[in-house]
Amino acid sequence: MKQITYETIVGEVARICQEANYDLGQDVIQAFENSVKTETSEAGKSILNQLIENANIATTNRVPMCQDTGVSVFIVKLGQDCHITGGSLHDAINEGVRSGYEEGYLRYSIVDDPIHRKNTGDNTPSVIHIELVEGDELEIQMSAKGGGAENMSALKMLTPSDGLEGVKEFILNTVREAGPNACPPLVVGVGIGGNFESCAYLAKKSLFRPVGERHEKPDIAALEEEMITKVNKLGIGPQGMGGSTTALDIKIETAPCHIAALPVAVNLNCHASRHKHVRL
Amino acid sequence: MAQHNIRVPFEEGVELELHAGDQVFLTGTIFTARDAAHKRMVEQLEKGEALPVDLTNQTIYYVGPTPAKPGAVIGSAGPTTSSRMDKYTPRLLQEGLKGMIGKGYRSQEVIDSIAQNNAVYFAAIGGSGALLSQKIKSSELIAYEDLGTEAIRKIEIEDFPCIVVNDHKGGDWYKESQAKFKQT
Repeated sequence: MKQITYETIVGEVARICQEANYDLGQDVIQAFENSVKTETSEAGKSILNQLIENANIATTNRVPMCQDTGVSVFIVKLGQDCHITGGSLHDAINEGVRSGYEEGYLRYSIVDDPIHRKNTGDNTPSVIHIELVEGDELEIQMSAKGGGAENMSALKMLTPSDGLEGVKEFILNTVREAGPNACPPLVVGVGIGGNFESCAYLAKKSLFRPVGERHEKPDIAALEEEMITKVNKLGIGPQGMGGSTTALDIKIETAPCHIAALPVAVNLNCHASRHKHVRL
Repeated sequence: MAQHNIRVPFEEGVELELHAGDQVFLTGTIFTARDAAHKRMVEQLEKGEALPVDLTNQTIYYVGPTPAKPGAVIGSAGPTTSSRMDKYTPRLLQEGLKGMIGKGYRSQEVIDSIAQNNAVYFAAIGGSGALLSQKIKSSELIAYEDLGTEAIRKIEIEDFPCIVVNDHKGGDWYKESQAKFKQT
């Protein structure tokens, strides 16, 4: 059985937390560059160019691209033939966040209690989802998820008679209501199906896919493309200042659901779509 | 749309020259404050206490910066979502607050209050904190130190870029600009 030490996980998590906040992925940069060519608003083009400049400054100066360095969200795939030694996986991830956020001069954005609201002072606890999979590998995917876009996200328990049209309308309404608040151009994550809590997780999980990549199922890929076109006709544009680039991408994931249900969740991500992963 | 270079704090009557959609470069000193500092300021006013800073003709930037690296003035420092401050804003405008910098929609009550008080709401580019931090030349902690990133800081800015969203006439740039590009 493969063994991975607690210290290894702490070190790798600390590293990817910093890299996520300093180095915007090439997928997002490519999407900015493509959008500059197609954007119909001059102000919108200028904003997109400033976002490219911002990403370059962040990488060069090792400074976070956005001051909201987010909730640290992890999707972990733990092979059932892999053994963690020296401590628990949860503790190792939180220790990595603590050390990465301190060493990297990242902002502490977590309060200990939703009512009393005292800052925990180290950006923990993180949100950790662990999936047990076959094999002996440990894959850790990390997202620094900002509060502004998360606040504009929404879930609705539609019913079968609402159909696909109801789903499309809910996606458009969520993006419309978010407007500039969620920092467009957005990456829109959509979950359809499952139940109340798994639908939200589907939407979150979809955001971990690279920007520009289409779903492997042709019908879902076609729906993603249709919704990108529709969202970009809303006119919101970069930063809500008007234009044709409201979303850089839309990701959709589906799951089986109850005969009475059609849950849909829309998890918005700002243009600073920060994801890093490591495989051990 | 006009372009302006403006000194802050505001000089008498300058806000009347600013219109929704104008590009503005701000130079001078402003204060930072976000959710927790706003809540505390309004609680102090309700208790009849004085604010830690005189807001007359001042500008508040809605930001919670990242910690400054050794040798840096400030960390990443872009705007946060302004609507969370809406509940407190009309009260602060009564205290003489003249400018606000953030991102995103304001409530109708705030838009009306901006017009009544001859104030102005600016948007800076959300998620461009690395770029905007280069326009900040100094930072000094002023009050509410216990709030950490949410404390009130006095910052000196130079040619800080922003767009006028809501002006003294009740104009709303988000509404106007998006209408031009809406295709559905």
